[in-house]
Amino acid sequence: MPPELNSRPLLAPGCRLGENNQQRVLLMPERALRLNGPSLEIVERCDGKHTVQQIILDLQKIYSKAEPQKVEQDILGYLTLLQKERALDFESGAPL
Amino acid sequence: MPTTLSNPLALIAELTHRCPLHCVYCSNPLELRSRTNELPTEIWTRVFKEAAAAGALQADFTGGEPLARPDIVELVRAARSAGLYVNLITSGLPLDETKLAALVEAGLDHFQLSFQGAREETANEISGTKSHAQKLRVLDWLRHHRVAVTLNFVIHRRNIDQLEEMLALAESSCATRIEFANVQYYGWAFANRENLLPTREQLNRSVEFLKREQERLQGKIRIEFVVPDYYAKYPKPCMGGWGRKLMLITPSGDALPCHAAQVIPGLSFENVKDRGLREIWEQSAAFQKFRGEDWMQQPCKTCDRREQDFGGCRCQALLLAGDAAATDPVCSLAPLRPKVDAILAAANLAPVSVGAGLAPPAADPLTPPAWLYRPNPS
Repeated sequence: MPPELNSRPLLAPGCRLGENNQQRVLLMPERALRLNGPSLEIVERCDGKHTVQQIILDLQKIYSKAEPQKVEQDILGYLTLLQKERALDFESGAPL
Repeated sequence: MPTTLSNPLALIAELTHRCPLHCVYCSNPLELRSRTNELPTEIWTRVFKEAAAAGALQADFTGGEPLARPDIVELVRAARSAGLYVNLITSGLPLDETKLAALVEAGLDHFQLSFQGAREETANEISGTKSHAQKLRVLDWLRHHRVAVTLNFVIHRRNIDQLEEMLALAESSCATRIEFANVQYYGWAFANRENLLPTREQLNRSVEFLKREQERLQGKIRIEFVVPDYYAKYPKPCMGGWGRKLMLITPSGDALPCHAAQVIPGLSFENVKDRGLREIWEQSAAFQKFRGEDWMQQPCKTCDRREQDFGGCRCQALLLAGDAAATDPVCSLAPLRPKVDAILAAANLAPVSVGAGLAPPAADPLTPPAWLYRPNPS
């Protein structure tokens, strides 16, 4: 199930951004994901304030040369992957 | 040294062998180190800095019971300040709410609470203590803290039929992960193997159940499942390959490529008191010994899977084949696989004595096995 566009993803407890040897990583229980370019842009916005829709709009602006539809698909795919990793909580309703 | 040598990804810090539990499958060596041999705070602090500098991302605090260290909060702070993600693998026993708050405040990222079963009687029998009720209290306190929570269940013959209850416990808590790790047979578990190894039927049932539950709980609770490798077709890539990803430091500071490496005769281990971590990782003879492929025998040497499983586990090869360089005998291609099959055949013939709670057959009440319990070193 892809996340809802008006929900606000937030890194789950125990999941945070880290850095080692200039490489940004998403640290989580027993795992770490390398973050580069778009994946970093997405994870930095998983702060419980940006909605999925806002993240998509932001990245479509940053990557304006890419096909907007493709950007949206990639973002939803990546958020779904993070959700499977149990790295995200999705807040709904009014922003915090 | 090959220039392609990878960095250690995680440091396993066995802070102490002291532990209030006496689990019959403890991964600690049979010869436990006493408190007087434990590394002081300053050396651990240096080790954490060196680990992060060498590229490690995570520190796993384990033991024994890491909370038995009076400086545990300081150690969490030191590892986190060094830039590491801090995992605490604990029984939750020597813990109160104040200490928990201090650990989280010091930068603890992930709290892994071990359970010996879903039912008090089974859990207490396996751990050789009355510990279950305290674990439930700790699980409740954890709701009030922003930290990842994993429930760790070690699975074996006597509790593998309780997975549903274990999962229900996780669902009623704030845990986002649950680990069902079948016992691996080294150390204390090797000594207690015949009473721990599940039957094939038990294993198949549990695999089917967990597949369904993984689907149902996706996005809510992540379920990890480790099979008993005696039943596997191919061996596990033990430690992600010898000296490839992980480094373990014993309570007294010896640097090991895996938990059980000390059983392998002829290996000598360097100590972090004498040498920097990066140097040990790159140059220590023990880390070199089974790194890469040069040490491999047939069938590993020419096997297509050698870069996937690295020949399996060296300690298991030693325990079952008497030769640490042999193909892991659990591999279906290994010359000694018949030995593992014989062990399984015996386990599948023996009656299943389930943990307390399920009614035993009335005509033949089964008594708990004669466990070899792990002692608590002074």
